[in-house]
This record gives sequence, structure tokens and C-alpha cells, in this order.
Amino acid sequence: MKFSLSWLKSHLDTDADAATVAEKLTSIGLEVEEVSNPAEMLRPFKVARVLTAGPHPQADKLQVLTVDTGSGEPLQVVCGAPNARAGMLGVFGGSGTYVPGSDITLKQATIRGVESNGMMCSARELQLGDNHDGIIELPDDAPVGTSFADYAELDDAVFDVAITPNRQDCMGVHGIARDLAAAGLGRLKSIDVPVVDGSFDNQIEIRIEDPEGCPAFYGRMVRGLSNKASPEWMQQRLKAAGQRPISALVDITNYVMLDHGRPSHAYDVKTLSGAVVARRAAEGETVIALNEKEYPLDPSMTVIADDNNAHDIGGIMGGEHSGVSPETTDVLLEVAYFDPKRIARTGQRLMLTSDARSRFERGVDPAFLDDGLAIITGLILDICGGEASRVTRAGTPPVQAKRVAFKPERAAGLGGIDVPVDEQIAILERLGFSMDGNEAVVPSWRRDIDGSADLVEEVVRMVGYDAIPSTPLPRANGVAQATATRGQMIERKIRRAAAARGLDEAINWSFISEAEAALFGGAPHVLANPISEEMKVMRPSLIPGLAAAARRNADRGAAAIRLFEVGRRYLADGEKPTVTLLLAGNASPRGWQDGKATAFDAHDAKSEVLALLEAAGAPVASLQLAMNAGPTWHPGRSATLGLGKAVLAAFGELHPRIAKALDAPVGTVAAELYLDAIPAPRGKERARAAFAPPTLQPLSRDFAFIVPADLAADALVRAIRGADKQLITAVRVFDRYQGEQGLSLALEVTLQPVDKSLTEVEIGEVSGKIVAAAGKLGAQLRG
Amino acid sequence: MTADPETLRPEALQDSWTRRIAEAGDGPALEALRIAALGKAGEVTALLKTMGSLTQEERQERGPKIHALREVVTGALAAKKDELDNAELDRRLATERVDLSLPAREAARGSIHPVSQVMDELAEIFADLGFAVAEGPEIEDDWHNFTALNIPETHPARAMHDTFYVEGGAEPMVLRTHTSPVQIRTMQSQPPPIRIIAPGRVYRSDSDATHTPMFHQIEGLVIDRGIHMGHLKWTLETFLKAFFERDDIVLRLRPSYFPFTEPSAEVDVGWSMEKGRRVVGGSEGWMEVLGSGMVHPRVIAACGLDPDEWQGFAFGTGVDRLAMLKYGMDDLRAFFDGDLRWMKHYGFRFLDVPTLSGGVGA
Repeated sequence: MKFSLSWLKSHLDTDADAATVAEKLTSIGLEVEEVSNPAEMLRPFKVARVLTAGPHPQADKLQVLTVDTGSGEPLQVVCGAPNARAGMLGVFGGSGTYVPGSDITLKQATIRGVESNGMMCSARELQLGDNHDGIIELPDDAPVGTSFADYAELDDAVFDVAITPNRQDCMGVHGIARDLAAAGLGRLKSIDVPVVDGSFDNQIEIRIEDPEGCPAFYGRMVRGLSNKASPEWMQQRLKAAGQRPISALVDITNYVMLDHGRPSHAYDVKTLSGAVVARRAAEGETVIALNEKEYPLDPSMTVIADDNNAHDIGGIMGGEHSGVSPETTDVLLEVAYFDPKRIARTGQRLMLTSDARSRFERGVDPAFLDDGLAIITGLILDICGGEASRVTRAGTPPVQAKRVAFKPERAAGLGGIDVPVDEQIAILERLGFSMDGNEAVVPSWRRDIDGSADLVEEVVRMVGYDAIPSTPLPRANGVAQATATRGQMIERKIRRAAAARGLDEAINWSFISEAEAALFGGAPHVLANPISEEMKVMRPSLIPGLAAAARRNADRGAAAIRLFEVGRRYLADGEKPTVTLLLAGNASPRGWQDGKATAFDAHDAKSEVLALLEAAGAPVASLQLAMNAGPTWHPGRSATLGLGKAVLAAFGELHPRIAKALDAPVGTVAAELYLDAIPAPRGKERARAAFAPPTLQPLSRDFAFIVPADLAADALVRAIRGADKQLITAVRVFDRYQGEQGLSLALEVTLQPVDKSLTEVEIGEVSGKIVAAAGKLGAQLRG
Repeated sequence: MTADPETLRPEALQDSWTRRIAEAGDGPALEALRIAALGKAGEVTALLKTMGSLTQEERQERGPKIHALREVVTGALAAKKDELDNAELDRRLATERVDLSLPAREAARGSIHPVSQVMDELAEIFADLGFAVAEGPEIEDDWHNFTALNIPETHPARAMHDTFYVEGGAEPMVLRTHTSPVQIRTMQSQPPPIRIIAPGRVYRSDSDATHTPMFHQIEGLVIDRGIHMGHLKWTLETFLKAFFERDDIVLRLRPSYFPFTEPSAEVDVGWSMEKGRRVVGGSEGWMEVLGSGMVHPRVIAACGLDPDEWQGFAFGTGVDRLAMLKYGMDDLRAFFDGDLRWMKHYGFRFLDVPTLSGGVGA
């Protein structure tokens, strides 16, 4: 909402300057986004008189002027304007002055051999209009030497105020003035409503067939008018508000809307036939609105129609067909009340915004129909002439006054500031409330007020939020309690562990393309109004986002890419907390010690997974590994880690088809940790199990087996571990090679004697058990 | 061999052996001398062997001298061995060199995303004030995201939200436009008093230089008896001072409008110019950082609580924006680009864990 200071002062009796007004507006909740003053740039320009004008010796179209600028010697100025002549008064800019319309700074110059010390300006050069045919001519009584901005009264600050959706009453300058007056910044001037009785009966019938959508429709005719240009003062105010003046009738309806928050509409009577009716739109009916677009309507919407067709999308936008033109002589004025919800729904459905809609959907003052109509009529009669009919009133606006309980103690109880009761009452009364015992009667223009909390806000915002004393929140005794949940702690620990291991945390979009999602079994959650096809569905996997990030990094020349993300997968049965990591490029770079670079492989993903699961508190030693993690993974180079039926993680190489479709860098390996599958630790006991380090030395024995080609090393390790659960404390694979005899695995077995050293015989017995256990899996001790 | 006691005079032998040992050139030569002197058939050994055949007087006279001879020879051999060993070690060390200016093996250096870091910081600050961290779904139903928050279908405020709608489903689902639905879920699921913060991803169909369709918010909620705007003001001041680690944080509360709070306040924080950068602190100008207010009685009632008994405040702010203001990033879009160069520059080390004792900033 934009308006000028002078406009505001036509409603508010105050001496406050622009800065004071701006500060007060913001402090009472009418946030000033910008204060501008077009005069600032024009301040250096002066009223000047042309003393002499003579031909330029070198150029036919130029003249050489001497100009009296009110101070010092007259200046010589070269001028190209045809209307420049001796004796005239105009606007002068001297050397060093910035000319906004031409975007130049004047300096002393020699033009075709003649010195020039400034410029006589056109309207366009000062951004005061489009005229560039000649220089500005001022009346003879203009005082030479004064600032042009002062002389022309251009010094008028313009406020741009953000009006929150609850404050329809401040979508007009009068309402803003009322708020400022309530805050003590002056006195609200009463509205001057002209008395226009009308001299004939309105000849156009007005009827309401949709009382729900349009409870009230007041109208009257004005005939014999002339729709010329609106007066300068109105044009200036409209321009300050960012509106382009069009014609008197259009400008008047716009002006009253901006002045009083009261939209209205004028129909050219010549275009109407029969009664004008507020009714529901018919299915399939269309209207070409004033913006020249055609809108398909349906019965949920209210239109204003005549016998032939709908003319107006009620309360939102008028129709092109019945709009006024310069030739219009007779108009029907419409001042109606539309149901805010209806307007909101219609506007949402048509995706059509307008100044009228934004006011009607917030709820205009239902008690201002007659006054609004009188003000509009009065302005038309003043400006356009003509003759007004008597008013036709169809329906009644909902003017039932609301009452809310006034609880003065709530200012302190809710607002945190003690305000004396009489001060509270004074504030409310200045805002238009009237007090009736323990109740406040809400003014008709404050649709947003419906409870005592609203009254607290009215009082406290007028007193000023800065006056509320800070009050410490009561604090529980003792040291602050832990507040994070287990799930949050798992995420924090994994995040820090991953970063410690050299992974970088990315945050990718939660949405991906349908094609990407299809690779992971499709997305159950599809956006109806996505930003783009690339961001259409909620991701069922974090891999596409990470793969795309890896691709971008690879394209930027990154040699080693270690990315992870903590986020959700959006599945049919809920949002699943997940950590996904992706490794691409070099696991280790080429180096002077190690020679060639090595690429990541599935085992790198495995070591990350195990480290992160351990950080999360998962029982890593008990996890069961199962090869082939599923269709998105390389069948022979991926695996899952599980515990019973729960799958805690999957890792390995991406399926080559998936990797190709995602354009993942060559050799990308990945892992997913399903955080909700990590079992909670049993009990909350802080103390650990009793432990005393063994006093006897452990000893280790190596075994080498020839194993079946498809035997999982893990199975062999577990079998050996199980050969003597008490004595064998560790089994480690330390060599693996494919020899002539087959695949060979060498294992180091650690034996920990408990209460006495082992004899050779006992060691032999354990060895026998180990070989037997391995033998059950087809592993033969190597000869 | 029978030694002539006279020719085996210990005094004479001592000089001769010390000289020969001193002259030994290397380990083997020294070993040969040791054997010649102290070996089974060595000269000194031979002298020692004569001791048994001496008379009492002779033993008293010669015994100490023979023992002294052995001591001196043994000592000389040991000293010479040390000398030769050290010389040998010096020789070897002179040849053993590595160029330690060569680079060490590189270890990958990971990073924590600024959004995560800031969320950890906020959790730490609010834990001290007794706020737990709550969570909720991102695909939210219309009721929790709007209706329960006093934003009915036709409310103009819905237009301010640029909502993403989710297709299908029995009830209309949206991507949550704010973290405020977590307020509702918390009030529905736990009895007051309540103190929570709710950080997380939120979505608005808005994409330009300063807006991304996904960003992060944090919501705060206090529901208790007798909570008023003074508590809200103090909490926000305390939080922002702790977060920005400055005492010159100045807040400006302005009346505003949110459907789910009444009264509502928009919160500006003062900024000042330091080294050509706009930083939080001081009051040369204002920037908007928070929306807040007293929870609307209708919202409290919608959650099944009695608004005459329970009241409180709520606030919400952008986590990404807080991160930018504190740590100096100027482009929001880079937060979601996964550019390793950006992450390594703006990210945090794994041990930069915010704690109250160590400070919440890094």
C-alpha cells in the first residue's frame, strides 16, 4: 500500500515529518518497507528567468540564452528548445547537477564553440512527465532563485507500507490515519461525506439472486457526465500510490478504494440490457475481464450480470465489455458487499489477484456502503458533471456489531505489560471501539477482532512492544537435563563420525525427478505443483541426489569425492531417517610412496558402513552379512548387514544400469544406513559389565585353508570362532590368494588361556577343532 | 707355558695393554685383544691363574696389582668398544637420510554442513533453557499445516505460503510450509508444561536468488501457566545473544500478524558494518530474523487444551539464514549444491561440537 504524506495529512491532523510517521507506522505494525521522496533529486533545480535569447552562431536549432538564476551574475546557457525565449520562466540546473530523466550530471561545456553553464529542463528530463517538446514554462509569478521542488510542492514523501492480511481497514489511507491517531501521532479528521439525494429514480433494476455470495448491492445511475481526465491533485495521489491515471471515472473508483479501502465499479449504462443481477455463474460461462483475459466460471462463483451475460467477476474484476470509456456519459455505480470466503475461493481458483479481491476477501467495512457510494457520486458530480439518481439498495450487509470480553488484566497477563485501565479504554476508543461494561463493541471495519487476546494486541501495540519488560523464563532447578532423543543422538553421532572419517556432509533437495525415482521403485509421493520436472517427487532414496552432486563435483575436477547426507526417504509407509554415503574417484591419490592412485571399491563402502554403525551404537559384531543388496545394487558386489529380520544397512557398487542412468562417476560405491532399524540398547545402565584383563599371554596360530570358490570368508571366520568359544577370542583373515590348488584363505587365530597356560596337547586339540569346523564348510587345511 | 713371574709384572703389562687397546682400529681387532688378554689363554688370565700358587705374602703383595690390571684392561676394552660402536653408528647415520619435506600421506578431511552445525548449536542453547527437540513429518496433512493453526481454507494467509501440494491420497497432503505443525503435534501428544524446539526441512514453491524451494526452519514453543510476551522477549534476546556470541545484540519487536499467534510480533535484530560486512550486533540498521507471538487461543483449543488455563508463546526462524548471518555465507542456493569446495570452506570439523562449556560457535 503506497501513499504520500500529503494524502495522509488530508486524513490526519499532525505536524509529524515523514521520518516520524514512518517510525510510528512500523512500531504499530504497519511495516514501512520504503520511504521515498521524488523531490530529493530535484532539490538542486531552481526557478530561473531567461533574460535574453539569441541565435547560436554555429547551429540553426540552438539558441544562446542568458539566464537569471536568482544569485550572482546571469549565466550563459546553450538551449535547443523551440519555446525558449526572453522573459520566460523555467527550471534551471547548474553545473554539477544530476538530471534524473537523462541520467547525466551537468558540467560546464562548450557547445559548438559557445560556452554553456547549465541547462533549462524539460518535464521528461525531471521525470515529471513525457513532454520533451520544449522546456518547462512556469507562471510569471514564480519566484526566481527558489528551489523548483519547493515551488512546485513536489516535496512529498511516499510511504510503501506492508499491510498484514488481517488489516483490511488499513488498505485505505483513512484507516492508516486512524491507527496513527490512536497511537498519538495526531488527530483523525472526520470523513466529509457529501449529501447526494439524487434527482430521479434509478432506471436500472438491481437484484440479488445469490444473497450468500453477495449479501448487499447498492447502486445508482449518474447520467449526462463527461469522462474526461481526472484533476491534477487526484492524479498526483494515484501516481504516488503507483497507479496510472486513466480517466476520471476509473480514477475516482480507484481513488476511493485507496482512500477508504472501498472498492466499487462503474458500468457504462449503454452496454447493459435489463436488470443487473448478482447471481451464481453458470457452468461453462466465461467473462473477459478488464485485463483482457478470458476466465471460465462455475457455479461456485458470483457474477454481476445483465439479461445478456455476465459482466463482472463479483468483487474481483470488472468485465471488458461493460467498462467505461472516454465516450461514456451514463454510468451505473456498484457498491456491494461480497462474502470474503467466496471471493477468496474464486480468486484462488481463477488464480486472479486484484486490488478489489485483496480487500473483499479480507472483509470490507460492511457499514460503509452508503457513505462510500455518496463519496464516489460526489466526486463524479464534481469532476465529470452530470446528474445522480436516487440510490437502489438490494440486500443488507452484515452489520451486526461484534462484542468481545474486555479483560484489562490480560494486558499484563498475556502482553507482559501493565497498562492502566483508563489508558487501555482510551486506546480502544481512539481505534473506534466503544465500551459497554465488561465488553468492547468492535467497530464495523475491524473484522479481525474476535477475542480478548485481540484487544491485548491493540493495547500493547499502541503502547509499543519496546515497552514490554524482558522477563526471564522460569528455570528448573539444577543442571540442564538432556533433551535430545535417541534418534537425534544417532544422527549426531553418525554425522560427526562420518566427518571424522573424511566424508563431507551434503544437503540435497528432498525432491527428485520421476525418472530418477523410477530407478528406485518409484515415488509414492508426487507433487501436484512442482517447481520443475527435476523436482517432481519426494525421493524414495538419497542416492540420486548424491550421485548428481558427485557428478557436478567430478565435472569441476574433484579427484576424490566422499559425500554423505542425513535425511529422510519418503516411502508409502512413512518418512524414514536415513544416512547415505557415496564414494567416487580416488580412494587414495597417486603418491610418491604408494605409486598409482587407487579407486574406491565395495570394501571401502563396507568399512565406512561398519564405522558409522558402530558410532550409532549398533551391535556390529553380531551383524549378519548377506550378499546382493537388491535390484539397485551390483548383484555380486553388494551386501546387506542385518540383525534377525531387520536390515540395518546396504552397501556396495551401484548396479551399472542405475549408475549409468544417474550419470554417477565411474566406479561409484555407496552405502545406506537405515537408522530406524538400529536396535535400541537394552537398559539404561551406565555401569559396564565387570572386567579384569587376563593375566596370561594370548597366543596365536596361523591356519591356511583351500576353500570352495563360493565360500564366504565371513562364514569360515564364524565357523572357526565357534570351534571353541571360550578359548578363541579373535579370528582374522590375513591372506587370500588364488593358487593352483584353488582359493586359499589364511587366518590368524588368537587363543586366550583363562586360568592356566595351554599345553602343546591342548593347543593341538583346539587346532583339531578348528580344522574340523572348517572342514564342515569344505575348507581343507593346506598341505 | 710357564710364565716367568718377573716378566709378567702387572705394572709393565698394564701400560702395554692400555696402549694396544687404544690403538685397536676396529671391532675384530679389539675382540682379538680381549681374547689375548682376558681369554682362557690370555695373558691377564694367566696372571690371575698364578694367584693360587703364591704364598701368603706374595699374594698380599701381588694380588691387588693383578686385580688392578684386570680392572684396567676390562675398563679399557669397554671404553674402546663404546668408542668404536659410536664411531660406527655415526658412520651409518651419516648415510641414513630421508627428505622429510616430502608430503606426508594424505588423510581425507571431512566436514559438517553449516545447517547441521547451526542446528546443533541451537539444540545446545535451548537445552540450557529446558527446551527439548521435537520432530514431525514433512509431508503433512492440511489440518496440521493450516487448519489447526487457525488458517482456514479461504484465509488470505494461505496465499502467502506458496504451498506444494501432494497428489492423491484420501485427505489433502502438503509439504509442510513451516515447522509450526510440530507445535500442534506436540501439544496433542504431551501434556503441558511444554518447552520444545522443532528444527527441520520446510518447503515453499518459491525459487529465486534469495529463496529456495526447500529450506530449514526452527520453531520454538512454550506452553505453561502465566507465560506472557515479556518471557517471549527475554527468550529471544537470550537465544540470539547466545547464538551470535555477542552482548550488543539489540532486538526490535514489531506488531505483525500470524494467524496462529495473538498478539504477534515480528522480530528485527540490529546490525552494524564491520570491515565492510554487515554483521549482527549494534543498531545501525534492522533486519528481520524471527516471527513470533503468543499462541492463539484457538490453536491451543484445537489441540485439546483449555486456553483459559494454558498459554504460551511460539517463534520461528530460518536456520539457513541464521547460518548465513553468523558465518558469512551470502548465497543460499550454495547450501544445497553439494559443492565440495564450498563444503570444505564453510563446513565444520567433526570435533567442533557445540557445548556450553566450550562455546556454541566454531
